[in-house]
Amino acid sequence: MSLDRQQVPAWRPGYRFQYEPAQKGHVLLYPEGMIKLNESASLIGGLIDGQRSVAQIITDLEQQFPGVPEVADDIEQFMEVARAEHWITLA
Amino acid sequence: MPNTGSPSPDPSGQPACVEHVGAGLPRDQVGLPLWLLAELTYRCPLQCPYCSNPLDFAQQGKELSTEQWFKVMAEAREMGAAQIGFSGGEPLVRQDLAELIGEARRLGYYTNLITSGIGLTEQKIAAFKHAGLDHIQISFQASDEQVNNLLAGSKKAFAQKLEMARAVKAHGYPMVLNFVTHRHNIDKIDRIIELCIALEADFVELATCQFYGWAHLNRLGLLPTREQLERAERVTNEYRAKLKAEGHPCKLIFVTPDYYEERPKACMNGWGSLFLTITPDGTALPCHGARQLPVQFPNVRDHDLQHIWYDSFGFNRFRGFDWMPEPCRSCDEKEKDFGGCRCQAFMLTGDASKADPVCAKSPDHGIILKAREEAEHATLEIEQMTFRNERNAHVIARG
Repeated sequence: MSLDRQQVPAWRPGYRFQYEPAQKGHVLLYPEGMIKLNESASLIGGLIDGQRSVAQIITDLEQQFPGVPEVADDIEQFMEVARAEHWITLA
Repeated sequence: MPNTGSPSPDPSGQPACVEHVGAGLPRDQVGLPLWLLAELTYRCPLQCPYCSNPLDFAQQGKELSTEQWFKVMAEAREMGAAQIGFSGGEPLVRQDLAELIGEARRLGYYTNLITSGIGLTEQKIAAFKHAGLDHIQISFQASDEQVNNLLAGSKKAFAQKLEMARAVKAHGYPMVLNFVTHRHNIDKIDRIIELCIALEADFVELATCQFYGWAHLNRLGLLPTREQLERAERVTNEYRAKLKAEGHPCKLIFVTPDYYEERPKACMNGWGSLFLTITPDGTALPCHGARQLPVQFPNVRDHDLQHIWYDSFGFNRFRGFDWMPEPCRSCDEKEKDFGGCRCQAFMLTGDASKADPVCAKSPDHGIILKAREEAEHATLEIEQMTFRNERNAHVIARG
């Protein structure tokens, strides 16, 4: 399945993205489990709100990090993994 | 707590403090207590013969109050705990459960209710959702009504569980269904999996019974044969492949009994490195089975959690590697499995610091080989096992 940039990602019901002060980083919490996200995944995760499309997230982060050519690739890769792991739904 | 064999969260967090205190390891070498298991009560309407509660549960002290739990939750959260499990016994018998859930969620926890479903109502499911509950796990004893009811010591348990599982999904919760498997139900694993998929479980824990507490007492009636286990794992893998091909989100978690392993499990990811259990009377433990060990454990009525986690004797007793005798001490796998499970070493050898006998390098491994051999010929039926109830708890504890 290829990624359609017009699709809107949302966290799967019961999955929660939040900042953990003790770990100094963002995590994804789900039933009895937790994934620590790295810095770029945290930036992307922070923009997943069930409203923004993949394309909008790319635009947002490209504006935030001008001159970083791999932003779009990173975002697409994150979406692919997150969808395969069923952390998000794309609609 | 029911015998769940739950998966642990990824222990990737790094502690912030670097202060060296007392008898323990330096704080920067101690993991954060990311997981708080709140065993609210030992009271339970069921009598499962594989329960991991202590045999003398009927003689434990008074339960913590609502305010005392609030304090525990706040302190653990401050120290990094992100997941909280409300367990027991049956946590639903606590009248203040919704209040405890609400406070936990306010503090920022991911809140898990671990229940048998007995005592649950649609009204409570809605009230807990309103309070901020994130997830409900329901434990089943088998896919078959008769076996389920026999094991749970209740005539109508199964129908109630099915109804509540449907209600949990209807209210928008993610759901984990937990089946403790053993020699009397493991051959029906295909029916168990089909049932979970039909109930729209997000995760299914197929946890082969671990032998602590009441389960240890009933091992002969519970431990499956190797052939049973291998078949169950094969069937599970077939379903996994099928679900994956369909893009189905349901995840099957298969927990093997370590009696069929040659290396021990990395129990609790190491002593006092991730997991913190508070028992109904406030005793703090590095795992829910540790109460049986001849080790003095601190109580939240006497100390705050900073002291308990970092400085107390009990939480440092098997931390790190210095406590290890041979063959663990010089073993090149000790950082992988931490010498296995202290409770299992104690139950099987009488010495909690010995290598877990599951390990083929342990001089006591013969105990495990004998248990496997006995599983081939065991004839103990469900009705002949010792059920977890107050009467048996008093008889056994008097010994």
